[in-house]
Amino acid sequence: MMLIPCPYCGPRNQIEFTYGGDATLRRPAPDAPESAWVDYVYLRDNPCGPHDELWYHGAGCRSWFKVRRDTRTHQILESATIDPPQPADP
Amino acid sequence: MKRYSIFSLVGNALSGHQNWPLAWRNPSPKKQYDVVIIGGGGHGLATAYYLAKEHGLRNVAVLEKGWLGGGNTGRNTTIVRSNYHLDPNAHFYDLSLKLWERLSQALNFNVMYSARGVLNLVHTPAEIDAAMRRGNAMRLNGIDAQFLSREEIATRIPNLDCSPNARFPIVGGLLQPRGGTVRHDAVAWGYARAADSLGVDIIQRCEVTGIRIERKAVSGVQTTLGDIGTSKIGIAVAGHSSQVAAMAGVKLPIESHVLQAMVSEPVKPVLDTVVTSGAVHFYISQSDKGELVMGGDLDFYNSYAQRGNLPMIENVVSGCLALFPSFGRLRLMRTWGGIMDMTMDGSPIIGKLPVSGLYMTGGWCYGGFKATPASGYVHAWTIARDEPHPLNAAFTLERFGEGRTIDEKGAGPYPWAH
Repeated sequence: MMLIPCPYCGPRNQIEFTYGGDATLRRPAPDAPESAWVDYVYLRDNPCGPHDELWYHGAGCRSWFKVRRDTRTHQILESATIDPPQPADP
Repeated sequence: MKRYSIFSLVGNALSGHQNWPLAWRNPSPKKQYDVVIIGGGGHGLATAYYLAKEHGLRNVAVLEKGWLGGGNTGRNTTIVRSNYHLDPNAHFYDLSLKLWERLSQALNFNVMYSARGVLNLVHTPAEIDAAMRRGNAMRLNGIDAQFLSREEIATRIPNLDCSPNARFPIVGGLLQPRGGTVRHDAVAWGYARAADSLGVDIIQRCEVTGIRIERKAVSGVQTTLGDIGTSKIGIAVAGHSSQVAAMAGVKLPIESHVLQAMVSEPVKPVLDTVVTSGAVHFYISQSDKGELVMGGDLDFYNSYAQRGNLPMIENVVSGCLALFPSFGRLRLMRTWGGIMDMTMDGSPIIGKLPVSGLYMTGGWCYGGFKATPASGYVHAWTIARDEPHPLNAAFTLERFGEGRTIDEKGAGPYPWAH
């Protein structure tokens, strides 16, 4: 059982959360070339080790936040809020 | 290869089973091969077998970092079927089912194919429509499909709760009679023995640590047993395609997730059909040893751990008890997890990668086992001829950027949703 540390509510049972995928993706600028959009929508680093990912605390504060978790062991290394909003890549 | 037969069995029984030959050799790697296959599971061994058998390429090595069939080949729930809606999937998986039907004879190894039928239960009028549509699509593609009423299902599977006041009332089901199960370990062993007898070198405990590229073409692999030269590499590594492709600088549209499965203690025969329910996210069959083999959804987070967490086990077991209340007295004997390479459209990638001489079969989501023979067949074709077989021409890496995704479920680019 994973105990996920919500930055707003503290550690809670994983069944309160929904997974949101890779947190390192950045939406390209609207006029970015098509290849940048293909990379953003489809390609993933899929690391075997520490992974920055999004989680949603649906059965709690209903906030999205970031978790760094080791995909080899499921050990959670840290969690953080996602504000201030991330600037889009230039 | 010494053929297995009733005569070899009787002869060896008379000598106390002390003189059976080894099923395959244990060679040291040579310096150079025509083709190197990375991954000694079902897909890699099948690729090597068909390279030798169909294309006359016998200077082939299969490199396996652990032992044969120790990854997902030994972790799946042994179900085979071809009940797909979209044309590329339907034709590809039906080639696989046709190969399964005669694989024991082709390999001279009993893979215990059992055409016990795969039944997808439906619980709502909307699900009836979807099942009818998929069944009709299958029949148009020449695949067997049959819609069963609630009464027919109740007669066929007496311990399934078909009462109208069940937690998830059953209103019908789509049956594929040719679907069923295959003994998973036997697939790896059968292909290994047959490939070895055709001259393929199967090298275990040999991990690939790098892929050598010269002038945009592969020239060899670095391994824990030294460098091996080759001009063609086939990747068949189940849950680690991203890592191996990255050795050649290729980034894939894949996330790796953990899928769990579990078995009950063994009991006498109680269930002679594979039963699944999309609404309950549950499937079950009974193994020849008597265990009830069951599984459900992914754990829904990236993982390479080969083990999952308890909430999904509880989910699967509660689905089981909703459909089969009489199984509530059984004890769960064992649970395990395997790593699924989930693609962005839920369909596999079989074909050429953007480095000359590099090929892959992977991204199997949770449908890899049933695809083993066809995957090996078309992967070998692609490697031997440097162009795809018609049945894997749609499963390219480029389809994502070209807007040609094969999204059976219509779930979009969320790999954990397929």
